[in-house]
Amino acid sequence: MIKKRLVIIGGGSAGMAAAIKAYELGERDILIIEKNNYLGGILNQCIHNGFGLHEFKEELTGPEFMSRFSKKVDELGIEYRLNSNVLNISDDKVVTYTNSKEGVVEVKADAIILSAGCYERNAGAIQIPGDRPSGVYTAGQAQLFVNCYGYLVGKRVFILGSGDIGLIMARRMTLEGAKVLGVAELMPYSAGLNRNIVQCLKDFDIPLYLSHTVKKIEGKSHLEKVTIAKVDEKMNFIEGTEMSFDVDTLLLSVGLLPNVDLFNKLPIRISRTRGAVVNQAMESDIRGIFACGNVLHVHDLVDYVVEEAREAAEGAVQYLNGELKHEGHVYEVSPGNGIGYVVPQLVYIDDVKEKLSFKFRVRKPFKDVTIYIKEGEKVIKKLFKPAIIPSEMEIVKLDKSLFSKEANEISVYVEEKK
Amino acid sequence: MFDCLVIGAGVVGSLIARKLSSYQLSIAILEKESDVGSGVTMANSAIVHSGYDPVPGTLKAKLNVLGNKMFDQIAEELDVELERCGSLTVALYDEQLPLLEELSKRSKENGVPVKLLSPKEVLEMEPNINPNVKGALFAPTAGLINPFTLPVHACENAVDNGAKLFLNEKVVSIKKNGELFDVICESKNVYQAKVIINCAGIYSEEIHKMIEDVDYQLIPRKGEYFLLDHYSDSLVKHTIFPLPSAKGKGILVSPTTGGTYIVGPSAEVTFSKDDVSTDKPTLDEVKRQALEMVPSIPFNQVIRTFAGTRPTPTTHDFIIDFAKSDKNFITCSGIESPGLASSPAIAEYVVNEFVSKVLSLKKKDNFNPYVRKRVNLAKMSVEEKNKLIKEHPEYGEIICNCEKVTLGEILDEFKSSVPPMTIKAVRKRTRAGFGKCQGGFCLPLVTREISKKFNIPVNKILYQFKDSYVAPYKVKEQKDD
Repeated sequence: MIKKRLVIIGGGSAGMAAAIKAYELGERDILIIEKNNYLGGILNQCIHNGFGLHEFKEELTGPEFMSRFSKKVDELGIEYRLNSNVLNISDDKVVTYTNSKEGVVEVKADAIILSAGCYERNAGAIQIPGDRPSGVYTAGQAQLFVNCYGYLVGKRVFILGSGDIGLIMARRMTLEGAKVLGVAELMPYSAGLNRNIVQCLKDFDIPLYLSHTVKKIEGKSHLEKVTIAKVDEKMNFIEGTEMSFDVDTLLLSVGLLPNVDLFNKLPIRISRTRGAVVNQAMESDIRGIFACGNVLHVHDLVDYVVEEAREAAEGAVQYLNGELKHEGHVYEVSPGNGIGYVVPQLVYIDDVKEKLSFKFRVRKPFKDVTIYIKEGEKVIKKLFKPAIIPSEMEIVKLDKSLFSKEANEISVYVEEKK
Repeated sequence: MFDCLVIGAGVVGSLIARKLSSYQLSIAILEKESDVGSGVTMANSAIVHSGYDPVPGTLKAKLNVLGNKMFDQIAEELDVELERCGSLTVALYDEQLPLLEELSKRSKENGVPVKLLSPKEVLEMEPNINPNVKGALFAPTAGLINPFTLPVHACENAVDNGAKLFLNEKVVSIKKNGELFDVICESKNVYQAKVIINCAGIYSEEIHKMIEDVDYQLIPRKGEYFLLDHYSDSLVKHTIFPLPSAKGKGILVSPTTGGTYIVGPSAEVTFSKDDVSTDKPTLDEVKRQALEMVPSIPFNQVIRTFAGTRPTPTTHDFIIDFAKSDKNFITCSGIESPGLASSPAIAEYVVNEFVSKVLSLKKKDNFNPYVRKRVNLAKMSVEEKNKLIKEHPEYGEIICNCEKVTLGEILDEFKSSVPPMTIKAVRKRTRAGFGKCQGGFCLPLVTREISKKFNIPVNKILYQFKDSYVAPYKVKEQKDD
């Protein structure tokens, strides 16, 4: 059996950033396992720009952004396997992967970082009502077809869900000559970034129907018609608000889910993000198994994926060097008023070097809002924000010195100015 | 000219064709869709029922019990996954206990081994069942079958033994031409045959009416289902049924041979025979009833909802008979549940009791009951896999991540005598795209492979039915075709 100090599963932005960071911290025995025949993951099909504003202070396309990392991986001589698919992770950290050259390979790892990304919620997952015709795709599928294969899935398009990929695809399909008749969003606010609403919908006069969802899809063979209707606060359809569109394509941009299959058989708790429960080092319930990027929780910007991957790499290197003690004071972190989730869920404060960051999303949009971080009953951090929306991930960085170790609970919550 | 012409390549038509192919006969199978098993066969609970439920003395009772016994051999010969997991029919209220007793008696009359269980025994076998359970009827012979590969492999075996399969041939009329039938298709093609066997599923009534008036009707009754993803802890190990009612066996919760879980079906009369749409109120009711039996079903793990149609006959039993006006036309109508479980026995029954009366049946010396054995990676050791990948590197390349389907398995299906030509056909044979992402990642890859193999441009590849193009337009091309 091959031995490796650090095995990274998934060579997308998270995996590459983690590998580079681990290398910079002195780790040399690294293996990245990537399922595609190229590094970079999903960024390869994201040919629009807008990536890298934080990381590189410039706007790059997905392939440009990822190639800066893949070049670095090559420069540093970090080992990777392409076209290689991980079949299993055992609880004693044996990673089994397969490819056409080596067959089935078992690698005994000292530490593992899972950076396997996410997948799109699809028609099955949202239990779309009506027929089962072709012509119903996730936005990412349509994106892959148009950007990487040169085929358009349809010419008259409706989009369900205002997630960023859906918005990007509204523009992309329009530019390729398709007619996008509208975007329906179940919630009373958009699930995508504001800049995408403006640049992808408003600039092309594509209507956005908030508080609307698909009531029925019709078409025995191929999609012919989509009917949407307005929903009330309880998400029930309001009679008489139906609108029908004769379309050949329905694209779904209804959320992303962490691709956490490899953890399913392991004694690793899954949190409400549908990713693993992790501590401050991005370490799961199994010591030495880490997770970062969209496999942990879905990020809004790749720049933040990269940042989190570096945290996971630091954690993994700490672990490999015997510096993660898991001793002393422990906090459980929970989301309070207005907050959907917080990462990490556990903090071994003595293992924190200097700073600790909490990442979270709000459940609904807030204006003139204060974010509170409380240790027990004591507020240790207060931050005012003019506006905060669910489509944007919030990051709050805290100095280790702020924690008094007097309580075991940390909660993050928001309060709106009355 | 063919001795025998089978209309419909569902599970019944395919198994009949296979049985016929063991005799010295020329056989044609006409299927209106682009693949075998695309109609009633495609959407069902995938259960090999034990036979505890049909009314004693009916064809359903006889053929279900007989069919169930034949499945071990069928599964072996046709390389189809079968698991004899057993079923539990549960009583949740005291007043249901007499019904359970009655069902137990009926089972014995049908010759089905069963055992009545106490609540304690039920919960030991299935800890996730409603703790208020009052008792259950355990039928150990019930099983799970792969409902997709069964018709495909049966048809493939028939073709390997000389039968001819004609896809995309929708029969529009049948005319008697002397001693023969002229079977005319929408394509204008005409097939001649001595004997016709009508296995057209929900449309077998229409096919039958092409030669005479009929005294039954097939009422389409829709069944809506949930399919749940694989997960670590097992939800149930047996098929769990409620007590049957006039509407059928009720909403079941069951594992599948694919490692997923199925919940359903509803039972609603619908107006259209091709209506396989789903709707929220019906699915909500399915969910409610299922949760009553198994309260911990994780409905957040649903990966697909779908519906199938039962061809429910007004006679309440399978209709398997000669046409009144012509013995050379044999009909298999109203094959609703337990049709899948009965299908091997239906094939025997049709050939032995009907075809034998109108054609002389001589055994073929070289009939091979075995379908070409598929590679089963899940059952191979690491050494065996490595040997295989060394010889055939494509078995090391995974196309479908969710279900871990390799390129090798897909390419291997292309070599079959009934190869998959559509996305859905690949899914049915290999499970590529059947997992939680529902083809989110592998759909374009599978499209590419079909395109390469059959030299069809990507924009002409079908998802399933006629005109269901996956990606119909080339970018930067002004023309629409």
